[in-house]
Amino acid sequence: MQFELKHIAYGLLTLFIVLNYGLILQGIMPKIAARVGRRYGIRWYQPYIDIIKNHAKRSKITHGVMYYLGPVFRLSGGIGLLMFMPVIFGSPIFGNFSFAGDLTLVLYFQFFGVLGMALGAGESGHPHSAIGVSRGLSQVTALELPLTLGVISIAMQYGTLRIADIVAAQQGGIMNWTIFTNPFAGAALMLSFLGSMGRAPFDVVLAPQEIPIGPPTEYHSGFLGVLQLNRAIFPVAKLILFMNLLYGGATSWPELFIKTFFIYLWSVFVGVAFPRFRVDQSVRWFLGVPLLFGIIAILLI
Amino acid sequence: MSKSDLEKRTVMSPDGEPIEINPLQDYFCDARPKVHEPVLPIFEKFLNWARSESLWVLGFGTGCGAIEMRPLMTPRFDAYRFGIQWRPTPRQSSVFIISGYLSVKTLKRVIRSYEQMQNPKFVIALGSCTINGGMYWDSYNTIKRLDHYLPVDVYIAGCMPRPEAILAGFEKLKELIRQGKGEGANLYAQNFDWYKANQKKIIKDWDMPDYNW
Amino acid sequence: MIMNTPLDNIKTVFPNADVWTQRQELYHMSIPKEQLVALVTHLKEVEGYLHLVQLTAVDWIEKNQFQLTYILNNPIKKIDVMVKTFIPRDNPTMETIHHLWEQAATYQRELREMFGINFPGSPRVDKPFILEGWDDIPPYRRDFDTKKYAEETYFPRPGRETHDPKEFMKKKLYPDEI
Repeated sequence: MQFELKHIAYGLLTLFIVLNYGLILQGIMPKIAARVGRRYGIRWYQPYIDIIKNHAKRSKITHGVMYYLGPVFRLSGGIGLLMFMPVIFGSPIFGNFSFAGDLTLVLYFQFFGVLGMALGAGESGHPHSAIGVSRGLSQVTALELPLTLGVISIAMQYGTLRIADIVAAQQGGIMNWTIFTNPFAGAALMLSFLGSMGRAPFDVVLAPQEIPIGPPTEYHSGFLGVLQLNRAIFPVAKLILFMNLLYGGATSWPELFIKTFFIYLWSVFVGVAFPRFRVDQSVRWFLGVPLLFGIIAILLI
Repeated sequence: MSKSDLEKRTVMSPDGEPIEINPLQDYFCDARPKVHEPVLPIFEKFLNWARSESLWVLGFGTGCGAIEMRPLMTPRFDAYRFGIQWRPTPRQSSVFIISGYLSVKTLKRVIRSYEQMQNPKFVIALGSCTINGGMYWDSYNTIKRLDHYLPVDVYIAGCMPRPEAILAGFEKLKELIRQGKGEGANLYAQNFDWYKANQKKIIKDWDMPDYNW
Repeated sequence: MIMNTPLDNIKTVFPNADVWTQRQELYHMSIPKEQLVALVTHLKEVEGYLHLVQLTAVDWIEKNQFQLTYILNNPIKKIDVMVKTFIPRDNPTMETIHHLWEQAATYQRELREMFGINFPGSPRVDKPFILEGWDDIPPYRRDFDTKKYAEETYFPRPGRETHDPKEFMKKKLYPDEI
């Protein structure tokens, strides 16, 4: 498609809607968990106030150039993942910059943010950051295996590397969704989705009881504000990716909100029911059942 | 690094000549804290409202009051609905709760954590031991007046105060911040020499830089 | 009524030990300083007092002595025994018992810092225990005025006064007598 200046405006509009949705989702999920635990819970607009407060801090400490660039890499990973995916199928405004072959680009952008964070956290020199970064990177590497196998299987099934075509092939009823026509790839993708959401049982990277906050230990004030913005955008972009690949995409915003909310609830349900894995246990788990599902998915196509 | 590594001594340089090193002076930076002025009043009102609604507390229980902070996280008293969260690192937190008595050994660590927090920061003093020494008023090892060593915003009296009292103290702190009086960090930077002289008078083995930013 | 205590056969081995009974599970023994380690070893190896409960000291400033108290416990018969010994107050030293119980090293470190009693050979006995950078006399001794030290070093808040009713009425009713 041709590139015109109005596409930048459309991209910013998509970004704005997704940012607000991510912040509200970040506020509502702890509220649901608190109501289940018979508490009032935090307010639903609390993430907004946290970001304003962090940017309103008057002083900063810097550890060097890479320390500055760490959050920038992470935020650009999140925004990049969002921009190269069709958010609303069939809409010229919210179709973003999708092109043929963007499935591989999306897989690359998932890993890019974590690597940038690792470099930044390493420069901060804190030993807790280094431990958290090594744990996080080994977990992400382990979960990329079933993810990639499932994605390749879906691409072979539909014969295209373009997400918009994959979504187009799933229209026309619920039984056309990939999760029903290619269940093994769907299972592999949903299991690796649990790991990338950062909830139990795979939250050893950031759990406060394990290690004081892991990679973002030394990040504060404005840097932490940028990281929190990314924390709102990146999960929603991943949810939209999974929705496009497995659940038939969305043709309107309310349908997108409903579908992504329920996919997020899948990780929350698993998270409240299971305890935490150690890093070697989670790596071993990812190389077990999900990898098996991915291999079967490739063999059956 | 053990204690003996921090003393002045003579070592051999890689060129083969003996040189004098003084690690406390060479390795540590000797910057002083700066006073950060607030911005325009209309922005400052909004920013103060945001700072008061999201208070991140450092999870460092200094004395016997640490056991009174824990019920605030449970469903019965639930401090999370007021925007109060506990953070594990001083870099990200803005409120330091000094809970109870403060021995000389803990004061050294508290100073190190307090100076790593970013401007603006607030100190809540819990219990009567921070006001005038409390139960340990004639002890050789605890400090008697906290505000000669750190700038304090709110005192919460009691031995120990109940969780409802601590929540009321947080409410008072929010009022102070919204009125613009939560300038403890600037007070610390302006009277830095006086605070540091008081601290060094009782902490006799000082092996940190003067300002641990 | 038990006339002979379970510890009567101690007297055959250590004739210098005085044994007296407080109640059925608690006995006291007092022994001169040179035979203490032998007595404690005998109690541990032969009589079965396997558990060192505490090692503490008392400052008898009038007699110019420190009293060391070792509390041992027999877990099978459930009997406690308190072994006491006196050491001189100037330049106090005592033999260490850390080869019998590991935790005695920490007790001895505390006594060294708080009372000044030296236990040569005990591991880490010179490292500061609670007080860092302390340069006054050891604070648990009775000639250390902790109230005066606290008033001089820390800044007490003015306004701490007592309201004793007897003093108040005396001042009110008899203002002439001071």
